[in-house]
Amino acid sequence: MPDEFLMGNQAIALGAIHAGVGVVTGYPGTPSSEILETVAKRNPGSVYVEWSVNEKVALEVAAGASYAGARSMVTMKQVGLNVASDPLMSLAYVGVKGGMVVVVADDPGPISSQTEQDTRHFAAYAKLPVFDPSYPEEAYEMIGDAFDYSEKYGTPVIFRPTTRICHAYAPVRVNETARTITPSGFVKDPRWVIFPRLSYENHLKIEERLPQIGEDFSSYRFNTLTGAGRWGIATGGVSRAYVGEACSSLDATCRLLRVATPHPFPERLALEFLDGLDKVLVVEELDPVIERELVYLCGKHHLPVTILGKLSGHMPRAGENSVDAVSETIAAFLGMPAAPVAACAAAPEPPVRPPVLCAGCPHRASFLAVKLAMRGRKAVFAGDIGCYTLGNAKPPDMVDTCLCMGAGITVAQGLHRVEPDAVNFAFVGDSTFFHTGIPGVINALYNQTDIVLVVLDNATTAMTGHQPHPGIGTTMMNAVSEKIDIAGVLTALGVRHVETCDPLQLNEAQEAVERAVEAGGVSAVIFKSPCIAIAKPGPRYEVDRDRCNLCHTCIRQLGCPAITLVGGEVTIDASLCYGCSVCAAVCPTGAIRSVQ
Amino acid sequence: MMKNLMFAGVGGQGIVLVSKLVAQTALREGMFVRTAETIGMAQRGGSVASHVRIGDPTCSPLVPLGQADAVIGFEPGEAVRCLPYLVPGGVVVVSQRAIPPVTAALSRSDYDGSQMLDYLGSCGARLIVVDGAAICAEVGSPKVLNTALLGAAAAAGVLGLSLDQIEQTIRAIMPERFVSMNLTALRAGARYA
Repeated sequence: MPDEFLMGNQAIALGAIHAGVGVVTGYPGTPSSEILETVAKRNPGSVYVEWSVNEKVALEVAAGASYAGARSMVTMKQVGLNVASDPLMSLAYVGVKGGMVVVVADDPGPISSQTEQDTRHFAAYAKLPVFDPSYPEEAYEMIGDAFDYSEKYGTPVIFRPTTRICHAYAPVRVNETARTITPSGFVKDPRWVIFPRLSYENHLKIEERLPQIGEDFSSYRFNTLTGAGRWGIATGGVSRAYVGEACSSLDATCRLLRVATPHPFPERLALEFLDGLDKVLVVEELDPVIERELVYLCGKHHLPVTILGKLSGHMPRAGENSVDAVSETIAAFLGMPAAPVAACAAAPEPPVRPPVLCAGCPHRASFLAVKLAMRGRKAVFAGDIGCYTLGNAKPPDMVDTCLCMGAGITVAQGLHRVEPDAVNFAFVGDSTFFHTGIPGVINALYNQTDIVLVVLDNATTAMTGHQPHPGIGTTMMNAVSEKIDIAGVLTALGVRHVETCDPLQLNEAQEAVERAVEAGGVSAVIFKSPCIAIAKPGPRYEVDRDRCNLCHTCIRQLGCPAITLVGGEVTIDASLCYGCSVCAAVCPTGAIRSVQ
Repeated sequence: MMKNLMFAGVGGQGIVLVSKLVAQTALREGMFVRTAETIGMAQRGGSVASHVRIGDPTCSPLVPLGQADAVIGFEPGEAVRCLPYLVPGGVVVVSQRAIPPVTAALSRSDYDGSQMLDYLGSCGARLIVVDGAAICAEVGSPKVLNTALLGAAAAAGVLGLSLDQIEQTIRAIMPERFVSMNLTALRAGARYA
């Protein structure tokens, strides 16, 4: 059993393979994407793995596989669970046959997400067990346990790592053999068809079962009670690592409860922890889940223990934890002097450096084409989730709204119902179009709402790391599939004006937008140009100093990271330029030309 | 004895790769390593940092403030941004060349990193400035800045890993066609220490 240096996500994938997973589905989303990619890469040949079009679809495919007796796993980020919540809520009632683990990566911070929602809450709401690893190497072990518990209780279970588990690396002892599980096959039975009568009966069973699982969890190997004293710390997830490091650097001793299964709560173990304590500090990220459970237990059992945490204002309500912040709070809690942090002398403020569209990104050209076409007209630009959300920054300043996957197309319709005199644009990426974009287009057509749909087709799922999707023609099983043509889909739905063009041909792109606006109704422009990460760079561009009059039009209109000021001169960084040529197209003096 | 290292720069500069190189070298020497990376939205030309922690399996994934033995900055401003992590009197290895963010050009500010380098030189750290652009030009690839900086850090003795050990890792894990250019960059960087 060699040690491999693995990212938490890779550890989860290999742990699942070792546990005999047979079907893995998911939709990309930071910080979860590498789990499914690793399963595909390290597939021993026994696993069916797919990127599904969205999380709801992924969960349903996995549920079907589990009905037939296979172990299945679904991967997504926390907001993906919102999309998959419909099948998940019902599946909790129906139950599973083969073990089924829904891996949902939470993102405290948030670092790459729309929300700081807490999947531990979701698990409680859906009445499902949830596992919460503290280290990548532990995640490898725990994912196997999750499958076992799923089968033991016939329920799907949630496995919830957070960003600092998913994207942290550690040496992991990898077992090279994979369990062989031969699925028993689907057996027809009324249990697979959800009806109100069955739901009522199953609801009762779930309520009976949850305390039993909680009791079982009180002896679960990763739920631990250590230390001694009249003061205690309760923690879980990556905060367990911060607490451990803080306590050892403070040389602090106290009783420590680590909760690896926040739902159903391991009450017996928690009561043992609370017994004889005066006060408890709860260290966790996102919502005060463990804290509320302890407050509840103290009330239920009339325990005179003070519980401190987020609810009491002792821990921050939002954002991620760190050793530094946790250490300071623990020191105050234990009445110890805080560990001194060497403060640096006042430093000059480094320039702000937010993420931006890459140099050469075709989205920059698409946004500019629409902006130029709409000069002087009243227009609203509804955006969506993907790299092109970065079009919000100035320039291009072309994303007026962003809500969730697929919402650009539909928010545009609502805006149009209130202000019909505005031209309502909806930008959507290719992968997002397939994910949840299509029903919105149908809605606009059916209800006759004028919108201009702009599909930014860069032939990949770029933001999450270039995963294939139905428009690409390849699958995660290395198969070639029929490419689903976005223009063909729109035409088939009944969109009368559909035009495809290359956004890097700026003038033509602008004219295409003008024609789409003119067409009225639901019209569409598909801007097709591959992401620079998968395209070969063209000849790069440079500035002719004699012709550049320093008007800064290129800088103001494009905000391209390759165009900078060096000693007051407009300069194109040769190492960043991809040769998209858009700067040459906007330069009013013809000072930007390709390097021959 | 823990070794804590911070690698800081701009998304796309090869920071994840270099932290992996350090980690693999430490593992080959039988040490325990944890790293934490910035992956996702911030990668798109934004500030990124990798935390590398060598020695203690009970450590958390992130380097605490004031505990990094070295900050290896791929850009002067990004090195300054990570300075709160540096232990007093620690080592800063930094690439001399500034990368102006889009916001700098838009506000017509002529950011060239010199103010950042001046500060790094006066803050009490041991500063090693590497002419990364010159090394990249010498090697003929803009992709070797990461190994050049690593060479300087290793030669300065702050990694707890020797140049030879890193060289062995490069030979062991990099695709054959990249090995020689990275070794050249590693040695060129070492000359700055």
